[in-house]
Amino acid sequence: MLIKTPHKNSLSENDITPENIYHDRRDLLKKMGFIGAGALLSSASANAGALDFFNTKRARNFVTTPLTYNKVPTDASVAQLTPEKKVISHNNFYEFGAQKQQPAELAQGFKVNPWQLSIGGEVDNPMLLDHDDLYKSFDLEERIYRLRCVEAWSMVVPWIGFPLAKLLKKAQPNSKAKYVAFETLYDPKQMPGQASRRLGGGIDYPYVEGLRLDEAMNPLTLMSVGLYGKTLPPQNGAPIRLVVPWKYGFKSIKSIVSIKLVEKMPPTTWNILAPNEYGFYANVNPAVDHPRWSQASERRITSGGLFARNRIETLPFNGYGEQVADLYKNIDLRKNY
Amino acid sequence: MFHQRFSSKNKTLLLKVVIHLGAFIPLIYMYYLAIGDQLGGDPVEAIIHFTGIGAFNLLLITLLITPLTKRFKLKMLMNTRRLLGLYAFTYAMLHILNFLFFEVQFNLSLFVEEIFDRAYITVGMLAALCLLALAVTSFSRVKRTMGKSWQTLHNLIYLIVLLVAIHFYWSVKSEIIEPLIYIVITVFLLSLRHHKFKRWFRRAR
Repeated sequence: MLIKTPHKNSLSENDITPENIYHDRRDLLKKMGFIGAGALLSSASANAGALDFFNTKRARNFVTTPLTYNKVPTDASVAQLTPEKKVISHNNFYEFGAQKQQPAELAQGFKVNPWQLSIGGEVDNPMLLDHDDLYKSFDLEERIYRLRCVEAWSMVVPWIGFPLAKLLKKAQPNSKAKYVAFETLYDPKQMPGQASRRLGGGIDYPYVEGLRLDEAMNPLTLMSVGLYGKTLPPQNGAPIRLVVPWKYGFKSIKSIVSIKLVEKMPPTTWNILAPNEYGFYANVNPAVDHPRWSQASERRITSGGLFARNRIETLPFNGYGEQVADLYKNIDLRKNY
Repeated sequence: MFHQRFSSKNKTLLLKVVIHLGAFIPLIYMYYLAIGDQLGGDPVEAIIHFTGIGAFNLLLITLLITPLTKRFKLKMLMNTRRLLGLYAFTYAMLHILNFLFFEVQFNLSLFVEEIFDRAYITVGMLAALCLLALAVTSFSRVKRTMGKSWQTLHNLIYLIVLLVAIHFYWSVKSEIIEPLIYIVITVFLLSLRHHKFKRWFRRAR
C-alpha cells in the first residue's frame, strides 16, 4: 500500500493572514504619512525612535513563514554555512539599492502576495502561478549550494525550492524553444532602485536574465522559494528566484514574474551594461579574470570578523564541474565568458 | 567676548582637537565593529570602503582649506591643513593595508598582480605613492630645508586628487552617480586654483 504523507504546505490561509494585516497596517500608516518619518528615524539611529509606538518590531520586518521540505544532500552539505544573518543582510539586489546593506533595509515593505509568475513563449502549455502555487505545485527540497558572486566573495546557502526542470516539463517547451528568458518584477513604487537611478546603480529595469534550455533543464538549476527553512525574505528575491550554483550570482535572478521559452539568446542585464565584463554564460571560471579584478580566488563569507582567514581558491564551475562541464564541451569558455 | 577669551593660538588648538576627534574616533569605532564582525555581512568590504572614501573626503577638506583661508581671511585655518593632509594620508595607507591584510590576505603575488593588472588599482597606488612623498616632507624642518622646491613637490596634491577621483569612478560596477558627484567637487576645488594653473601654463609656453 502506498502511504503518501500529505505534503503539509506551510502556507495555509491562517499563516498568510497576519502578513496581510501587517501590509494593510503599513498602507494605512503610509496614507497617514507616518512611514516616511519613521523610516528616517529608524535609519538614523539603529532602533529607538519616537515613532516606535507605530513601528513595532513585528511591523517593521517582512514576515517569513516556515516551509515543509525534504533535505537533499549535496556536496556542499559538509561546508560551513554562511550564517543566516549574513545571508539576509549582505545582498546585491539593486532594485532595493546598490549597497549591500540597502536591500535588507529598503525591502521590508515589499508585497509578495498577490504574485503572478507566467510561464510562456514557445511552450505547449502556458502557465500562470499565483502566490500559493509557488509553494504547492512541486515538492520542496532543501539544497545547500555554494554561491559565488562575480565580485569575488562567496557564501554557502541552504536554499529551499524545486528544480526548474520540473516546472519547464509541465509547461512543455516546443521544438523552437532553445533558451529561457527570465524577468524580475518591475514596480518602481515598491522598488526604490527602479525609481531612482542613484539608488538603483544606473541599471535599466526590469532586470532580465537567461539560460540555454539545457542549462535550465540541468538538475542543479533550482527555483528557490525559501532559505534557512523559511520563505525567502524580500532582499533575497521573494517570493521566487533562480539559483544556478555554477554561475556567478548575478545570473540567479530574483523576484521573478516571467519565464519565457524563446528561440534566440535573450538579452541579459549585466551583459547589456558592460559586455566586455559580463558575458551571457557567466560560468564561474578562475582562469578568466574580470577585467578589473582576479577571479582566481574568493573570500568565503562565514562567521568571523576582519581577521577571518577566508580566502580560498575558486573552483571551475564553482565546484560543480562534474555535473555541468559537459554542457560546454563544444564552446570556448574564454570567449564565451 | 569670544575673541577676548580665546587667543588665536587657543582657537587653533581647539580646531585641531575637533579634527582629531572627527577623524580618529570613527576610525577606532569602525575597526572595533569590523573586528567583532558587527559591520554588516562583509566587514572586509565595509572597512575598505570606509577608509577609502574617508581618505577622499579628508583630501577634499584639505584642499578646501587654502581657498577658505583666503576668502575669509582666517589665518588660523591654515594651521590645520597639514593635520588634515596627514589624516588623509593615514586613511589612504589603512585603505591599502586593509586590502593587503584582509582582502588578499597576505597573498603577496596576488597583491602585486592586482596592482599592475588592474588599471584602477594602479591609479590608486600611484596616488598613494605621491601622497607618501608629501607626508614624509610634511615636517617643518624638512620644509625649511627644501626651500622653494617644497611647494613644487606639494603641488602634486592636485594630481593626487584627480587620480583618486578616477580610481573611485573606475572601481564601481555600475553605480557611477556617487563617483560623479565626487568628480564634480574635485573639479570645483581645482577650478578655484585656475589662476595658479594659468600661470604655470604661461610659464611652460
